[in-house]
Amino acid sequence: MPYKITVNGAEHVVDVDGDTPLLWALRDVLGLTGTKFGCGKALCGACTVLRGDSPIRSCATAIEEVGDAPITTIEAIGDTPAGKRVQKAWLDLEVVQCGYCQPGQIMSASALLASNPHPTDREIDDAMSGNICRCGAYVRIREAIRRAAAHGAEK
Amino acid sequence: MREAHMPFDRPALSRRSFLQASAAAGGGLLVSVVLPGTAGEAQAAEGGSFAPDAFIRIDRSGQVTLVMPQVEMGQGTYTSLPMLVAEELEAPLARVRLEHAPPDDKLFGNRLLGFQGTGGSTSVRAFWEPLRKAGAAARGMLIMAAAASWQADANSCRAEDGEVIHTPTGRKIAYGALVDRAATLPIPDPVVLKDPKDFKLIGTAAKRLDAPDKVTGAAQYGIDVRVPGMKIAAVAACPVIGGKLARVDDSKARLVTGVRRIVRLENAVAVIADHMWAAEKGLAALDIVWDEGENAHVSTADIVKQLEEAARGPAVVSRKDGDVAKAMAVAAKTVEATYQSPFLAHATMEPINCTAHVRQDGCEVWVGTQVITRARAAAAAAAGLPVEKVRIHNFLLGGGFGRRLDVDYVTQAVLIARQVDFPVKVVWSREEDIQHDVYRPFYYDRLAAGLDESGAPIALRHRVVGSSVEARWSPEDVVNGLDSDAVEGAAGPYAVPNVLVDYVRQEPPSGLTTGWWRGVGLTHNGFVVEAFIDELAVAAGADPVAYRRKLLDGNPRMRAALDLAAAKAGWGQPLPPGVGRGVSAMFGFETYIAQVAEVAVARDGQPRVRRVVCAVDCGQTVNPDTIRAQIEGGVIFGLTAALHGEITLERGRVAQGNFDSYRMLRIDETPSIEVHIIESDAEPGGVGEPGTSAIAPAVVNAIFAATGKRLRRLPIRPADLRSD
Repeated sequence: MPYKITVNGAEHVVDVDGDTPLLWALRDVLGLTGTKFGCGKALCGACTVLRGDSPIRSCATAIEEVGDAPITTIEAIGDTPAGKRVQKAWLDLEVVQCGYCQPGQIMSASALLASNPHPTDREIDDAMSGNICRCGAYVRIREAIRRAAAHGAEK
Repeated sequence: MREAHMPFDRPALSRRSFLQASAAAGGGLLVSVVLPGTAGEAQAAEGGSFAPDAFIRIDRSGQVTLVMPQVEMGQGTYTSLPMLVAEELEAPLARVRLEHAPPDDKLFGNRLLGFQGTGGSTSVRAFWEPLRKAGAAARGMLIMAAAASWQADANSCRAEDGEVIHTPTGRKIAYGALVDRAATLPIPDPVVLKDPKDFKLIGTAAKRLDAPDKVTGAAQYGIDVRVPGMKIAAVAACPVIGGKLARVDDSKARLVTGVRRIVRLENAVAVIADHMWAAEKGLAALDIVWDEGENAHVSTADIVKQLEEAARGPAVVSRKDGDVAKAMAVAAKTVEATYQSPFLAHATMEPINCTAHVRQDGCEVWVGTQVITRARAAAAAAAGLPVEKVRIHNFLLGGGFGRRLDVDYVTQAVLIARQVDFPVKVVWSREEDIQHDVYRPFYYDRLAAGLDESGAPIALRHRVVGSSVEARWSPEDVVNGLDSDAVEGAAGPYAVPNVLVDYVRQEPPSGLTTGWWRGVGLTHNGFVVEAFIDELAVAAGADPVAYRRKLLDGNPRMRAALDLAAAKAGWGQPLPPGVGRGVSAMFGFETYIAQVAEVAVARDGQPRVRRVVCAVDCGQTVNPDTIRAQIEGGVIFGLTAALHGEITLERGRVAQGNFDSYRMLRIDETPSIEVHIIESDAEPGGVGEPGTSAIAPAVVNAIFAATGKRLRRLPIRPADLRSD
């Protein structure tokens, strides 16, 4: 049946079964391929998007659960102040290697900084431990979040 | 993976590369390179059609295009190789655009591998000379073209930032305005490369060219391709290794909304649907009966038993220095040990996928692969078409680590696509990805050493037992039954007068395929040898760093790396109880690396790696930030395996399925990692893999220092370390 969802400020009607994960509606129906499939079981965080201000795993969120809350994906996170700072810090510190997990990492980091502008190292680890990076960019992810937080403080 | 010409018969670097320049189609200058030791060279020498191995194209707008033979899987090659061209060409790096090279081993072969491939930490090493030469040749021709238009002496002109400048008058012409004239000029002979002291770009931390698209979601991986009319397939292969499909009832699956077709293969079923979820639901609704075959009762214990038995059988000698038996007989002390390294999956973050469209007259494939010519050959064979009829599009790889050196998934996708008349994107679930990988072999190693009165090793015996990846993947590399990768680094970097390394090939049950895994032979042998050397240091009552140092008199680069890692890590400084430092030192991929790990072991046996210090001598650096990133990431990759990595078999099935049972290291387990690069003007070494190879031994040695418990089997099991 058709579901109305708001993604990156635009309304879409997606005609799929209600149990279809938001991930596949985004990728295979709407063609927003920036959000990645990694595990299908909410174990790796590659599919992270924002529902309202909260990071969710889109692979484990059925389209019927999305409701009216606006969805933000990697394609639009740069339009938010936290997302923009995170993307810049990611580039400044060359966090990216293969890059496949990075949309999810950036979404989680942006959600963290939007809700907690000055996270401690422990809070960074807690917020980011659901996101796997197989290239092992963790040292730089930590550092980039610290830097994005510091840059937020300057403004 | 074995390097075709290294280390034994690496072509001398003074050998000429053939260069050819011509007008590019549509205007501009085209410079082609033929690398020494490739098929293209033979063709050029025979005077046949000229076959270049790499192209630089400069158009009338001054845009430089590098037709890129290597793939980007995170290692930074899309930045480091353009840097080589831009440096010699004197063009801004931002002006260099990349184009994926089409499949052609003759045109785009990697001279260290002998074919078009990305692996074995070879990209910078293989293209270090040819790409600089191509850039330098183009620079020389652009200078000559400018000099001709000014009627000036070429020696009074120089190239800088995409322009040729007449030094006495300061006149300038941009490259774009010179390319047509340059294309009519002869190649400079000889091509003069820049003196390294004049490098402006090589050796600097130039920004990654692929990063901006990767932080916005715009980067396209194979899994992201969308082709008109395309459908999505989910697939299930027989869960028992080597098993086949007996029969399948698809009546319920056909009722799932969005399901279009059910396709049967010999050992798998695929459900093709409008989107992945419909395909997954269809797959779950199938009633499949498997023919489990002869492996239905196989377990890891059976495989270990076979390896143990094989270890007592005949072996092929890899290295024999002096007389080990004689030296062992007179040794003041002997040490023996057996080590085990498990099967490992790759678990690239981008699950395995391939898109194919098979028509009567041709086949088109969209995929991320480390070996595009092999992928094309596999597609052609599966489609029943000649290779010329296969068009293949390569993409960014969401991780390779050796997994995408195999093309089983290309074959599968084409076999599925053959049965329908539209393009199909086949996407494996994570479970499918982990349970049908090509695994790092299970290795069983037996070592023995004899020490003299002073504790120094006078004899070292190392028997490697495991499956042969080369026998399957590159049988031409197996000489007299010896898999050269299985014994890579098996004698270590130390001076020991009597050494015997041998190899016993023992394959797992058929259907369980073993393949390349980041760090290849060195990852397994580095663990075994560096942990065993630590055992010898203990037996000799010596400090592990001092013990190694003494054995590195003839190996100054290795010793310098060891010294630097030890100094930066504060080796010898006191640590709290329950915390230890461990060291490793190794040589591979033309790179020297030493690591010191600091590990705390809790009373419940849980190890926590707190800090890792790396010293690396990889010769001339191209991009030091990329080197650091590769070593940092390599450490995490190796640490993941050391702490969590193990694929086991139960009833013929891989027991792990997703990231809950095949665990990855996460950020909250990540140590601080410091990378110290040693300045060197030696030829560049590879950096994609050494970081991975060196970490496991440093960690088990640190655990020994912390607890007195010697671990000889990976992964590390906290139960073995409990003290409460």
